[in-house]
Amino acid sequence: MEQKNIIETKDITFQYPDVPEGSSLVLDGVNLSIEQGSFVAILGHNGSGKSTLAKHMNAVYLPSGGTVYVDGMDTADEKYLLDIRRTVGMVFQHPDNQIVANVVEEDVAFAPENLGVPSEEIRRRVDEALKIVGMSKYARHAPHLLSGGQKQRIAIAGVIAMLPRCIVLDEPTAMLDPIGREDVMRTITRLNRERGTTIVLITHHMDEAAQADRLVVMDRGKIIADGPPKQVFQQVEQLKAVGLTVPETVGLLDQLRQGGVDVPLDALSVEECAQAIYRALA
Amino acid sequence: MLKDITLGQFFPGDTIVHNLDPRTKIIIVVLYIVALFSAQGVVTYGLMLIFLITCIRLSKVGAKAILNGMRPVVIILIFTGALNLFYNTTGDVLVQWWVFTITTGGVRTAFFMVVRILMLISGTFLLTYTTSPIMLTDGIENLLGPLKKLHVPVHELAMMMSIALRFIPTLIEETDKIMSAQKARGADFDSGNLVDKAKALIPLLVPLFVSAFRRADELATAMECRCYHGGEGRTRLKNLVYTKEDYMALGLGVALTVLVMVLAIGFGV
Repeated sequence: MEQKNIIETKDITFQYPDVPEGSSLVLDGVNLSIEQGSFVAILGHNGSGKSTLAKHMNAVYLPSGGTVYVDGMDTADEKYLLDIRRTVGMVFQHPDNQIVANVVEEDVAFAPENLGVPSEEIRRRVDEALKIVGMSKYARHAPHLLSGGQKQRIAIAGVIAMLPRCIVLDEPTAMLDPIGREDVMRTITRLNRERGTTIVLITHHMDEAAQADRLVVMDRGKIIADGPPKQVFQQVEQLKAVGLTVPETVGLLDQLRQGGVDVPLDALSVEECAQAIYRALA
Repeated sequence: MLKDITLGQFFPGDTIVHNLDPRTKIIIVVLYIVALFSAQGVVTYGLMLIFLITCIRLSKVGAKAILNGMRPVVIILIFTGALNLFYNTTGDVLVQWWVFTITTGGVRTAFFMVVRILMLISGTFLLTYTTSPIMLTDGIENLLGPLKKLHVPVHELAMMMSIALRFIPTLIEETDKIMSAQKARGADFDSGNLVDKAKALIPLLVPLFVSAFRRADELATAMECRCYHGGEGRTRLKNLVYTKEDYMALGLGVALTVLVMVLAIGFGV
């Protein structure tokens, strides 16, 4: 087992109990290794199994077949449960349904309290976690009076306070307005760049996925593409076939190509796209 | 309409009332209730009222918030008031009309009964307004701690209570949303007789319950993901410590209760 992979899934399959025989598997032989310190986006349509895969990464679900290793620990082994959960933190879609306490700082303190961390250390962690997500001045506010984006950042702070080495975010921006989405994405990227926290982002937003170092595309319980975003987005036809759109820039370049203009497909930002078209026309 | 229900809401603040240990506040509220139920006449009720108003002023909780909390109990107040007014027939007859007789004794008991309920509610509301639910449940958990020896699941009960309180505003907001959605589709919550009104609530309650169960499921998963595994080995961000202020407040609470009981039972005032 190599230590540099924080999460490793070995040929995992998953099926919910009590489903009629012959129905297709939710996860169908997924092999995925996530390197320590990387920023991986998992992209897929509704029902592609991406959320189910995420829930395997900290033993919320156990695979029906195959094994998942978190930092070398088998998630099926009950005795590692707490260690696994403090190594891999998880943020969910609904900000409301993961906030436990009525005061922001007490919510952030929830995880370290569960882990039996001494009070002074909890105080230090809470203050730092709130600083990282930029919510320090809301420490004594009531969470239900905050906006969706702010609540989601509190949820992220609540996970950071556990000092996890990896954070899995399951569609954290799905319920948010554009400003809230941007705030959350900025927080996530900063966590990865500045603190070296491994990030696994489950999403169906192309522009969010494009910010990752590595992009994994799932369809019907299988991984169908895996690589740097620029490379994955070049497979325009394949992505369209599974009901995903490519970023607008890549879409434009693809149409230009089909129209006979010789442009590369690996331009994600608007600037890069403009440059590519400019070069092709010059 | 539903937004007005302030039951179980907490207004954060930094006053002496907010900063007292939750256990102190719970004990004082219990003493306050005991004293309130032994109060007999103007003197004892007056003393209690002065105490209550002082506490409210110190806590800087607006009178409006306290009054808003009263709204749901208006019917109970009217009912209790009326019942006491007509059923107590001691003292001089003031008004007599058909089967109704109002006497001085009736007016007196009705008045004190209503005042008692109002003061009871404002006092307990002050507790929940100034104590965060987590502190409140911490306090209860701590005070009931000895029961753990008898295998009473004290921590679990406290956690359930704090989560229930945490979700009150969320569920109220949700109820408002569902109500608007059903109204937009022609549901009528306001007209018809009692049976019609009760029936009209079904399309409100069913989605509310479904959503509450879904929330409960997600919350449970989120709590597990944050390493929640029961009360064993848990530490706290803020440990409960009695300070000088707590001892003073407790002393004051005990003194007031004793004074009121002596005055009420001994002198009947």
